Amino acid sequence: MASLDRVKVLVLGDSGVGKSSLVHLLCQNQVLGNPSWTVGCSVDVRVHDYKEGTPEEKTYYIELWDVGGSVGSASSVKSTRAVFYNSVNGIILVHDLTNKKSSQNLYRWSLEALNRDLVPTGVLVTNGDYDREQFADNQIPLLVIGTKLDQIHETKRHEVLTRTAFLAEDFNAEEINLDCTNPRYLAAGSSNAVKLSRFFDKVIEKRYFLRDGNQIPGFPDRKRFGGGSLKSLHYD
Amino acid sequence: MSFLVDSSIMITSQILFFGFGWLFFMRQLFKDYESRYFHWKMNLCVILLILVFMVPFYIGYFIVSNIRLLHKQRLLFSCLLWLTFMYFFWKLGDPFPILSPKHGILSIEQLISRVGVIGVTLMALLSGFGAVNCPYTYMSYFLRNVTDTDILALERRLLQTMDMIISKKKRMAMTRRTMFQKGEVHNKPSGFWGMIKSVTTSAPGSENLTLIQQEVDALEELSRQLFLETADLYATKERIEYSKTFKGKYFNFLGYFFSIYCVWKIFMATINIVFDRVGKTDPVTRGIEITVNYLGIQFDVKFWSQHISFILVGIIIVTSIRGLLITLTKFFYAISSSKSSNVIVLLLAQIMGMYFVSSVLLIRMSMPLEYRTIVTEVLGELQFNFYHRWFDVIFLVSALSSILFLYLAHKQAPEKHMAP
Repeated sequence: MASLDRVKVLVLGDSGVGKSSLVHLLCQNQVLGNPSWTVGCSVDVRVHDYKEGTPEEKTYYIELWDVGGSVGSASSVKSTRAVFYNSVNGIILVHDLTNKKSSQNLYRWSLEALNRDLVPTGVLVTNGDYDREQFADNQIPLLVIGTKLDQIHETKRHEVLTRTAFLAEDFNAEEINLDCTNPRYLAAGSSNAVKLSRFFDKVIEKRYFLRDGNQIPGFPDRKRFGGGSLKSLHYD
Repeated sequence: MSFLVDSSIMITSQILFFGFGWLFFMRQLFKDYESRYFHWKMNLCVILLILVFMVPFYIGYFIVSNIRLLHKQRLLFSCLLWLTFMYFFWKLGDPFPILSPKHGILSIEQLISRVGVIGVTLMALLSGFGAVNCPYTYMSYFLRNVTDTDILALERRLLQTMDMIISKKKRMAMTRRTMFQKGEVHNKPSGFWGMIKSVTTSAPGSENLTLIQQEVDALEELSRQLFLETADLYATKERIEYSKTFKGKYFNFLGYFFSIYCVWKIFMATINIVFDRVGKTDPVTRGIEITVNYLGIQFDVKFWSQHISFILVGIIIVTSIRGLLITLTKFFYAISSSKSSNVIVLLLAQIMGMYFVSSVLLIRMSMPLEYRTIVTEVLGELQFNFYHRWFDVIFLVSALSSILFLYLAHKQAPEKHMAP
């Protein structure tokens, strides 16, 4: 059983947005009854069928690493967190739909995980100055998930969803908006479930398959994302 | 560019604000003594009203709104909470000899005395802790030696623990999947009958799961410990590097001065308590008198003491409030969440208000004799000596317990992961 192949996906976001609830929902199909502060990192495993329904169906383990903390932590905490960012195959960015700051902090989270920390001070880069080119050559698939959808009032929903659509576009990623206390958002067959499945398939593909469908032989763990081995793969 | 614009707007508005305020206050409002006195009294009344009536009620309201059950009757329950608060607040005054019997029940002295007790306790606790923590933080004598290999070894252990957790979780996920496919649904025993049923009949798969879950819980606890220790090591390493820079050396030097000052303060607090002494003159006047007597330098004592003590009092107020805000911010940042942020901000406001009132009480000791009567007039007839004694006692207790606490924390940490 443990001989299945595995991929590692980080789950990043501010404190209190609902990462632990989300991971629990994804891996155990149940709502988390008593959420509490995540100290350090908590991991959970999801069994995923790659290319489900086709003859090439294969089962993989997806490790979801839920890293706790905030972008404004002391640099000692950031250095300790950096040990979890090695050899990452995919990143899920989680933000709170009721809290605009958590969405803005996603830029810093993604930069921290991709080892390109720009601004060491507390000054936040506004959307207008954001440089999309930083993400142009990023090989790691991203997914943006907005939580606490049930707490957004009907009248404000359209405005919030437009804002998050821009956010997801900045990251060149898909987005899912849901409520972690209600499993029906990820029910089989719903559009959210399809997006999720597509994201995991993309992660597995980038890790194990070349563009022409051949399988890459097992890699030794690399320290930095996009290290020498994948540079030869160019996506026009 | 926007940063420049913002800062220029801020600076201009601040200059305008202070300039206008100075003009207004000096020329118009405080022409005579009477109006100054009136405004002092009025400000004090307003602050007390806010501290005792508005803020606790607001805090109670937010706490009650957080509890979903009582959503309908929010106002009623917050009123109840406020009444309980008032009852305990009043009871607070009983064990302390703070009032003379000439005051009525609704006078302002009652409120001030109680607020003063709480505020003075808070000030003494913070000063005691700060007096001990400050030299401990600044001086590099206490820094443990941390090398890169220590950190790497700890990180390796952390990752190994994470790997063990992952392999166990993989087994659990696979077990759940096969159980689901076979049609047995794993139900957590819910309710009383569920637990009784699970004693007699339990699927072998779910038994396995609970066993593995317990092992995973223990491993997760271990991983949390390792994470915190690693963060601690990184912080110590940064402090060592910082202490080698010029700024670090300067602060190290300051630390020695601070430690002498703190030891002196603790000593004075002990002497005050043991010998039941109350200071008569303030330190500045005494210092100037000493210089005049022993060094023979001619000073106009009254003139200089007034100005120097004024500046000193200002510095003391500013630094103590600044220190309080920094400490509280760090503390609240660690425990804040989206639910309780309102409550925390209000608690902060409450603490600041009490701190301010009691610092007015205590600053009286640092002022020259002729100004003390002014404070006494405004605040009413309170037993000031009691407050100073109370401050000394709590300061001593707090300083000694923080020394003990820091000693224990310092001792138990280095034995764990130092390279031999």
